[in-house]
Amino acid sequence: MAVSADLPRVIHPGLPGVDRVFHGSTRSIAVLVLVIFGSIGAFLGYQAIPTFHRYGLKFLTQHDWQPRLNQIGILSTLIGTIEIALVALIIAFPLALGTALFISEYAPARIKSTLVSLIDLMAAVPSIIYGLWGALLLMPHAKFVSRWLHQTFGFIPIFKVDTDPHAAVWAQSRYTSSAFIAGICVAMMVLPIACAVMRGVFAQAPLGEREAAYALGATRWGMIRSVVLPFGRGGIIGGTMLGLGRALGETIAVLLIISLAFDINFRILQAGSSSISALIADRFGDATTNQLAALLTAGFVLFVMTLLVNTVAAIFISRSRSGAMTEI
Amino acid sequence: MTVLQPAADTPIVSAAAQLPAEDRPRPLRKRTTDDVLSVIGSLLGSAALVWLVYFEILPLSGLVGFIVCWYFAFLAMYAGVTSLSHPRPVVTSRLMGAAVTAAALLVGFALFTVIGYTFWQGRFALPHLNFFTHDAAGVRVQDPLNHGGIEHAIVGSLIQLGIAVAVSLPLGLGTAIFMTEVGGWFAKVVRTVVEAMTAVPDLLAGLFVYVTLIVGLGMSRTGLAAAIALSVTMTPIIARSAEVALRVVPGGLREAGLALGASHWQTVRRVVLPTARPGLATALILAMARGIGETAPLLIVSGASTFMNANPLNQPMNSLPLYIFQGARSGQPLQIERAFGAASVLLAIVFVLFVITRFLARQRVGRR
Amino acid sequence: MLDIGHAPIILDEPPRNDERSLGNGSYLDAVNVSAWFGSAKVLDRVSLSMPPSVVTALIGPSGCGKSTFLRILNRMHESIPIAKLAGEVRLNGTDIYGPDQRVTDTRKRIGMVFQKPNPFPTMSIAENVMAGLKLTGTKLARSDRADVIERCLTRAGLWKEVKDRLDEPGGALSGGQQQRLCIGRSLAVDPDVLLMDEPCSALDPTSTRRIEETISDLMHDVTIVIVTHNMQQAARVSQQCAFFLAELGTPGVIVEAGKTKQIFEEPADPRTADYVNGRFG
Repeated sequence: MAVSADLPRVIHPGLPGVDRVFHGSTRSIAVLVLVIFGSIGAFLGYQAIPTFHRYGLKFLTQHDWQPRLNQIGILSTLIGTIEIALVALIIAFPLALGTALFISEYAPARIKSTLVSLIDLMAAVPSIIYGLWGALLLMPHAKFVSRWLHQTFGFIPIFKVDTDPHAAVWAQSRYTSSAFIAGICVAMMVLPIACAVMRGVFAQAPLGEREAAYALGATRWGMIRSVVLPFGRGGIIGGTMLGLGRALGETIAVLLIISLAFDINFRILQAGSSSISALIADRFGDATTNQLAALLTAGFVLFVMTLLVNTVAAIFISRSRSGAMTEI
Repeated sequence: MTVLQPAADTPIVSAAAQLPAEDRPRPLRKRTTDDVLSVIGSLLGSAALVWLVYFEILPLSGLVGFIVCWYFAFLAMYAGVTSLSHPRPVVTSRLMGAAVTAAALLVGFALFTVIGYTFWQGRFALPHLNFFTHDAAGVRVQDPLNHGGIEHAIVGSLIQLGIAVAVSLPLGLGTAIFMTEVGGWFAKVVRTVVEAMTAVPDLLAGLFVYVTLIVGLGMSRTGLAAAIALSVTMTPIIARSAEVALRVVPGGLREAGLALGASHWQTVRRVVLPTARPGLATALILAMARGIGETAPLLIVSGASTFMNANPLNQPMNSLPLYIFQGARSGQPLQIERAFGAASVLLAIVFVLFVITRFLARQRVGRR
Repeated sequence: MLDIGHAPIILDEPPRNDERSLGNGSYLDAVNVSAWFGSAKVLDRVSLSMPPSVVTALIGPSGCGKSTFLRILNRMHESIPIAKLAGEVRLNGTDIYGPDQRVTDTRKRIGMVFQKPNPFPTMSIAENVMAGLKLTGTKLARSDRADVIERCLTRAGLWKEVKDRLDEPGGALSGGQQQRLCIGRSLAVDPDVLLMDEPCSALDPTSTRRIEETISDLMHDVTIVIVTHNMQQAARVSQQCAFFLAELGTPGVIVEAGKTKQIFEEPADPRTADYVNGRFG
C-alpha cells in the first residue's frame, strides 16, 4: 500500500447548501448592522468639516453659544458636561460599591436575588422618570443641601455661589438648576449600571480563595479586602467607567433640571450649567443649517468621548482576572 | 528518643463518646448575642444622644441633618462598643459592614422615592377613565382633568415600539447568531462595533436619523422616523444580550446535533435556539423596556401631536415619554399632573415587562 | 525500541474493495492519518482497521490523541478552524474525506456518543430519540415512530425504565440513563459505525456496567470503536485494542494493536506492557 505524503490535505467541507445560505445570510445581516453603525460615527464626523471650516478651532475654545452673533463654541458646554458627570460619579461610586458589596457579601441568601432584580429594575426605569423626580422632588429639597454646602464649605471655590448664604431670606433660585442637582439625578442612573457590573464581578471571586482567607482567621471585611476587592478590581474600574459613559450622554434629566447658561462655570452649586446633549436637544429646533452642523459636531465630540470611555472600560474589564467571565 | 505512646489500657474512643440514644443536629449560629445587641444598643444610644444635642442644645433643624448626624454618631458609638471587647480587625469589619449596609439602604430608599413619587403624583390624573380613552385634541392646558387623556400617546408608544421591534429583532438576533455560530475574525470585529454602539447616547441616534432621513431624504416627522430612531438604539442591545444567551448553550449540544448528521442550520434551529429561548426572550423584553422609555431621540425626530394618530407613515405621532416631557416642561400644574399620570402608566408598563423577564428566567431553572 | 511501523493493523486478510460491502457489517479503515492543530502535530501516520462484529478499543494515557483520532473518524475534527488532516478514512472502501462526500451523510453513517451525556434539554425522551431523524429532515409515519423509539431504546437498554414516561424532559434522567438515551438517539439514524468517546468516564460503576452490557449487545449490528481510559473496561468490552502513545513532544502514534487478549497478556512492546500493568497512567 502506497504511503501518501504526510502533508495536510484540503478538506472539502461538503457543507449542505442550506448551511451556505445560513452562513451567508447571517453574515449579510451582520454587515448591514456594521454599515449602519459605522455610518453614524462617520456621518457625525463628516459634519465636523464644515463646522471647523466656518468657525475654526475657536469652536473648541470659545465658550459662548450665540448663533445670531455668529459666535459658537462648546468650551463651556464641554466643561459643564464633565462637571455633571464627575459629580454623578463621585456620588454614585461609593454607593454603587457599597451596594454591590452588600448584595454579594452581606445580604442573606433569601433576598439576594430580589436585590439583584431591584438593581436591574433601577437600570430599567426610563430616564424621563428620573428627570421628573429630579426636577420636581429632588430640586426643592436639594437646594437646602446646596445652601448648607455653601455655608460650611464656601471657602472652596467650587462651592461658591454669588449670593449670601447666611441671609435670613436667602435667594433660593440661585441654588436651583445647578450642575450639582443634575449630578445627583444622573447619579441615580449611573448607579445601577456600575453596581450591576461590580456585583457580577464580586460574585465570581473564587470560593477557594475566600475559604483560604477565613481559614486564616480573617474577619469578613478582611476577607473582602484581601480576596474580593483585588479580584474585582477590573470590574470596579470598568463598571465605573461604563457609568461615566452613561453620565456623559444623559440628556433628559439634565434638560429638565438645569437652566442653560454658557459662561465657564466651575461653581457646581450655582444655577446655570450646560451639557452637550442638553445643548443639542434644546437648540436644534431653531438651528440654521450652519448651526445644525455645529450641533452635530458637538454631538460628534460627545460620541468620541463616550466611545473612548467605554472602550477603556471594556479593556479594563476584559483584562482583569474577573473579566473573562463578565458580560458588561 | 522516647516516642509518646498512649497508655496501654486507654481506649481509642473515649467513654464520653458512647453512642447517644438520639442523633439530633445542633444549631450552628454565626451571629452571637453580642453582635445583635451592640448594633441595637449603638443605634438607640446614638439616636438619643443626637436628638438631645441636635434639637435641644444646638439650634439646628431638618430631618436630613438629624439622620446624617445620627449615622455618624452611630458609627462612632458602634466602633467604641466593639473595641471594648474585640480586637481592631473586628472593629473595622463591623464598621465597614455598617457602612456597606447604609449605602444599600440609602440606594433602596432613593429608588423607593423615585417610584413612589411617580405613582403618588399620578393619583390625580389616573382615576379618570377619560385619561385612557381620550386624546388631547382640543383640550386647553387649563381644562380640568376630566377632559382629554393620553390615549394617543399610549397608542403612539405601542405602535412605535412594535415597528422598532419588527426592525431590530431580526437585525439583532441575526447578528447575534452570526457572532456565536459562524464566528471567525469578522465576528470579532462585529462584536467590538456592537459593544461600542451600546454605549452611544440615544440622543445621537436620534440626531443621525433626523439628519439622514428627515433632512436628507425629506421624510417628515412621522411615527416611522421615531420607530427607526428607537430601533437604532435597540438593535445593539438585542444583539449583545442575545449573543450572551446563545453562548451559554453548552457546546456539547451543538456537537451532538452535528454528530447525528444534521446541518449547521438544523442544529441551530432545532437545538440551539429552543435551548436559548428564555434568554432570548429576556433580551427582547429588556430591549423593549428600554425602547419604550427612550425620550431623547423622540425630542428630535418626533412631532408631538395632540390628536390620535395610528398611522406611522403620515403625520406626527405622540408617545408617552414625549408627552411626559412636554407636560413637565410646560410649568402648568394641570399639565404636570397629566404628565405624572402618563409617567405612572409608563412605569407600570416597564414593571410588567420586567416581571415577565423574571418569570421567564425562573422557568428555565424549573424545566431542567 | 521496537518500531511497529506504519502499516495498517489488520486482523484478517483484507478483503478486496468490492467484497467488503457485501459483508454483514461495515469496515472502517484509517490509513496513514495525521492530524495537526495549527502547526502542532498531534497524530503521526496512524493506521487502523476496525472490522464489524468486533469492538475496537483505543487505549492509552490522556493527551495522546485517542479522542482526536476518534473525531477524525466522523469528520468532527474539522469543525475546529485550525485543525488539519492527512491520510484517508475509508468506510467500506470509500474515503469519507473525498471531494464528493457530504459531511452530513458521513455523520449519519458514523455516529458518536460523547463523554458527557448531552440529551437535548428542550425535548422529551421520545423526542430525543427521534431527534436525529427530525434534525436531518427524515420523515417517518406516526406508527413507525413508536416502533423506532421502542426499538432504539430497547437496544440501548433503557426501554423498560422509561417506557411509561416518554414525554418527560430528556434532562430529567440520571447520568447513566442519559447516556443510554444518547446511545438510543444515535441508533435511531441507523448508523453503520458507532464511535464512543469515553462514554462511561462521567458515570458511576452501576451505570458503567449497564452500558458495557449494551455495548456487547450492539456489537453485532453496529461496528463499535470505543476510546477508554479504563484498561479493565477495555479488557472486558473489546476484542481488539490499539494502544496510543505520545511521548514528550512527539505526536501520538499507535504503538501496538492486536487482539485484546494478546495485548494484555503478551504485549509485544515494552511500553504496552508498562501501560497495561499500570506502571504509568
